[in-house]
Amino acid sequence: MHVQKKATIVELVGLSSYSLYRKFLNLTTQICEGRRFLMAMTISEKILARASGRDRVEPGEYVVGKIDLAMIHDLTGPLTLNVLKEVGYDRPWDTDRVVIILDHQVPANSTVTAALHKQLREYAKKYGLKNYHDVGRQGVCHQILAESYVKPGMLVVGADSHTCSLGALGAFATGIGSTEMASVFITGELWFRVPETIKFEITGKMEKGVSAKDLILKIIGTVGVDGARYCAAEFTGNGIANMSMDGRLTICNMAIEMGGKTGIMNPDRRTLDYTGVKAASVASDSDAEYMKVIGVDLEELEPQVAIPHSVDNVKLVSEAGEITADQVFIGSCTNGRLEDLEAAARILKGRKVSPGTRLVVIPASKKVYIEAEARGYIKIFMDADGVVCNPNCGPCLGGHMGILADGENCVSTSNRNFIGRMGSTSSKVYLVSPETAAATAIEGKLADPRKYFGGR
Amino acid sequence: MLKGRVWKFGDDVDTDVIIPAKYLRSVDQTVWPKHVLEGLDPSFSLKVKLGDIIVAGKNFGCGSSREQAALAIKWAGVAAVIAESFARIFFRNAINNGLPLIECRGISKLVEEGEVIAVDLDRGEVRTNNGMLRSVPLPPFLQEIVNSGGLVEYYKARKKVH
Repeated sequence: MHVQKKATIVELVGLSSYSLYRKFLNLTTQICEGRRFLMAMTISEKILARASGRDRVEPGEYVVGKIDLAMIHDLTGPLTLNVLKEVGYDRPWDTDRVVIILDHQVPANSTVTAALHKQLREYAKKYGLKNYHDVGRQGVCHQILAESYVKPGMLVVGADSHTCSLGALGAFATGIGSTEMASVFITGELWFRVPETIKFEITGKMEKGVSAKDLILKIIGTVGVDGARYCAAEFTGNGIANMSMDGRLTICNMAIEMGGKTGIMNPDRRTLDYTGVKAASVASDSDAEYMKVIGVDLEELEPQVAIPHSVDNVKLVSEAGEITADQVFIGSCTNGRLEDLEAAARILKGRKVSPGTRLVVIPASKKVYIEAEARGYIKIFMDADGVVCNPNCGPCLGGHMGILADGENCVSTSNRNFIGRMGSTSSKVYLVSPETAAATAIEGKLADPRKYFGGR
Repeated sequence: MLKGRVWKFGDDVDTDVIIPAKYLRSVDQTVWPKHVLEGLDPSFSLKVKLGDIIVAGKNFGCGSSREQAALAIKWAGVAAVIAESFARIFFRNAINNGLPLIECRGISKLVEEGEVIAVDLDRGEVRTNNGMLRSVPLPPFLQEIVNSGGLVEYYKARKKVH
């Protein structure tokens, strides 16, 4: 028997809890009644309110929201399918709202990975899922979601922590576990605690050689790895308005590295053009309430580096001391987009990678790869003695395509520098912008890219 | 009421040190508990005994969404994790897999490694040699999932999906 198409909270939490939960909601509504028409909402609150069929929601409330889009990939997806099998019901609630992307180890690098890919492939075939991205039709999952699926106002869940990237498109997007993804597949819903929102007001203009990655590293270095724990991090201000979609995705991508439930930005003309939507119906009210407002001035921003083994261990590249680079990695869901490759290619054009350094470049998607090839960036990387791999996560999480040996250093545009992240537990990962990565590849040690733009 | 011996860890214990990505590829799930917390203490999986309790600082389980982190801890025999605070996705994964956890301010300073503490999950109370700490228990609907042993057992028990 099929699950009801319009599943209710009952499937998720059971009848007794449901009535308790309703009482709790009624009480909350009564308390809020007086303020209902006075209080404005943030974009995150508006999306969660809409998805849970409410007029308004308040931070700290638990709500059950209808999911607009659910994504699994080859590392967390098989666990979701195993759970569905164990429960004995594996048909997705809505085949059009499920996206499956192979991206962590593509093409398969072992018989084990091949088996995981096969499991997802057969599941997609079984239910005729049109949103299935197999080898050669894919890229890093968040980039594929940004290019083809996510629209402003959506409630998006992905079985991957960096799903928060998609908030850059004005969606509420957050990472969840594999088991709860199984419950999403069954019911089309999920419980959420409405997060408090921290507003980051970004103003000013960055100097050449400094980019979005430096901004988000600076922010994480300031607030710490749990500085936005369980919160929505909303980025706003003219610094965001003037930023490309690629840069915005970089910023929201790393919201999780400060514990954020999502990074999010109000949609504007650029968002609408990127997503092919005529009008966006959702944005924070100007008088919405924030837990905190943090201002960042881009004029003063310099190239940043996150030193092992914590993402908030951030220093200025100019003050980090001599750090040799055995490997430089340019790619990942943080910095594998066209703008990132363009910035690196500009610096590497006509130059060579230092003899003691290996440069690995991985475009984030097929679309990015094709465009980078057309613009000549791929040739620039190859001429510089870099290696360019097919779109996937690559060495970012120690999967393949550049695993580190004992004691090696990698200067990387990815998002995590945890112990053993890219291989040996005695290796080290330094997180930087694509500009800094390119300059580092040329010099063989951590380098300030501003001099390649005529700066200091 | 749970009683167990304490293993202490610091702040910001991330999912890469709880279970490195190289083991996630395995289809043999018994591999995960054998490498639990290997990044911080390579011999932890040999020392930890059924019913032991992990006590940690702030932001436990930060990093990736890999559910294998919660499973590795649970399958290693750990009865509960008590921390100053939890990273969001780990918090959800633990509940959905029936790994009891309590967010308890002040716990990491109050208990010593190796001491036996008592935990009352329903009341959110932790009794230590140096006194008792109270925290806010999970909302009832989440308690119910944990008590069922996780979301799968919860579904199975209620046969909601057939």
